[in-house]
Amino acid sequence: MHPAYSIIFFTTASGAGYGLLFLLALAGAAGFPPADPWLGGVGFALALGLATAGLLSSTFHLGHPERAWRAISQWRSSWLSREGVAALVTYPAALIFAYGWVVEGRTGGLWALAGLVTAALCVVTVICTGMIYASLKPIRRWNNRWVLPNYLVLSLMTGAILLEALLIVFGQPLPVVAGLTPVAIVAAWLLKRAYWRFVDSEPGAASVESATGLGNLGKVRLLEPPNTSENYLQHEMGYQIARKHAAKLRRIVLVFAFAIPLALSLASLLVPAGVAAAAALLAVPSVALGVVIERWLFFAEARHAVTLYYGAAAA
Amino acid sequence: MTSLPRHSTGKKLGLVIDLDTCVGCHACAVNCKEWNTGGYMAPLTDERPYDSDPMGVWFNRVHAFEAGEGAQSRTVHFPRSCLHCAEPACVTVCPTGASYKRPEDGIVLVDESMCIGCKLCSWACPYGAREYDQREGVMKKCTLCIDRIYNENLEEIDRTPACVSTCPAGARHFGDLGDPESDVSKLVASRGGYDLMPEMGYKPVNKYLPPRPRKDVAGAVGCGTRMEPVAGEAKGLLGWIDRMLS
Repeated sequence: MHPAYSIIFFTTASGAGYGLLFLLALAGAAGFPPADPWLGGVGFALALGLATAGLLSSTFHLGHPERAWRAISQWRSSWLSREGVAALVTYPAALIFAYGWVVEGRTGGLWALAGLVTAALCVVTVICTGMIYASLKPIRRWNNRWVLPNYLVLSLMTGAILLEALLIVFGQPLPVVAGLTPVAIVAAWLLKRAYWRFVDSEPGAASVESATGLGNLGKVRLLEPPNTSENYLQHEMGYQIARKHAAKLRRIVLVFAFAIPLALSLASLLVPAGVAAAAALLAVPSVALGVVIERWLFFAEARHAVTLYYGAAAA
Repeated sequence: MTSLPRHSTGKKLGLVIDLDTCVGCHACAVNCKEWNTGGYMAPLTDERPYDSDPMGVWFNRVHAFEAGEGAQSRTVHFPRSCLHCAEPACVTVCPTGASYKRPEDGIVLVDESMCIGCKLCSWACPYGAREYDQREGVMKKCTLCIDRIYNENLEEIDRTPACVSTCPAGARHFGDLGDPESDVSKLVASRGGYDLMPEMGYKPVNKYLPPRPRKDVAGAVGCGTRMEPVAGEAKGLLGWIDRMLS
């Protein structure tokens, strides 16, 4: 599948944004960090800013962005529509909780309820994002049980790394978050490896024999494509460029998205405060690079059944 | 509304494509383009049509496959267009309601005025039925020529999809596949018509008829097994020459 930059940015930025928002809302509702207005203000601005930037970016690849409002209408059948609704509904809950934290200086009682609702809606939104891909039957590398957990845990992991950096910068490190971050990284690492193991062994959603129904005559192969130059389907679904670098790119993902952030998050538990802050901050650009490449691979390595009609050996 | 219609008339309009008789001439694809670039989904935009890398919207594309090995292998021309599935995920994934399946005849359509051009429907279709029009910013697809099949300005004989009416080999048939007594349903039953990629679960309405078994000995097409000389004994001058030379 063609890896559109707007969609890569959307899924990674909004994933991190909702992950951070989830943790802020949950930790705030549980009364862990004191309702410091600066921490809350910067935290909510960053979380909602990332989510909003991602959502706006996703409209850039639309043919008619001015009609984007229509996309919230079909939530009964469409995961994309559900995602839009969930994302919009998250705003009022998050803004109410942020108001309580930043302006009123309170995160308990009814404010905590708004926090719990916000956290739940963050989970729902990321589930919808993952299901957009996991529900597409023609793409076996998306239509499997590993995709949704990967989206959820990567969102939690990136959110945790951001929150840890924020807490350290504001001088209010929390053992809960410091402990959660390496756990989330290890979980995401294992899930990504399981996903890659699955995609490397899956036989495809269909075969050229079932796509043409000619299998009873023997092995089927394309003799002539219908068109001489690439059409929309080949451009969008038949993306091949740089798949040859997939193995190297996977190693880069392992290093930047998982290994470096894990090492830094463990180091920040042991070293003095100043060095710990540097380590936590350094983990942010590392994980950003790693997750963007991870998402690029998620698209570039995905194979669509329609490519079987254009000579693909498997899809 | 992108939920599938709960109540339908049972009518399933669609095509039956005969892979035995298709000669791969692309007339269906060309006539489809010709009609539809002025029809309901108009225009079928072409980009860089005279350059080395033209790209355009087509609802019908004719592939050619080779099946089997050695002397038993054969070339099969394979027209591919929207199958107007009974369970079309292209419709249910649409976030805006632009894609819909008509309850009255099962035709899958796009309302271009509501399409945001997110392309998700084309990702959801394993058959490659939907092609994005980059210039118009909307998704386009086969309409089963709704502007022909119900068009009372046309003679009744012309109220078939453009691809069917133009096929010089009679390899394309149009009708109600929901009615077991229709000509197309009987044709499917007698020729063993099948679904493409049934494992997807989309329940395509269009059916494909398999190539007939190969006839590779003379007897199979009604000839004698060996040609016998038809001329008898020569007479006269030729008879004399024949006797002299024998």
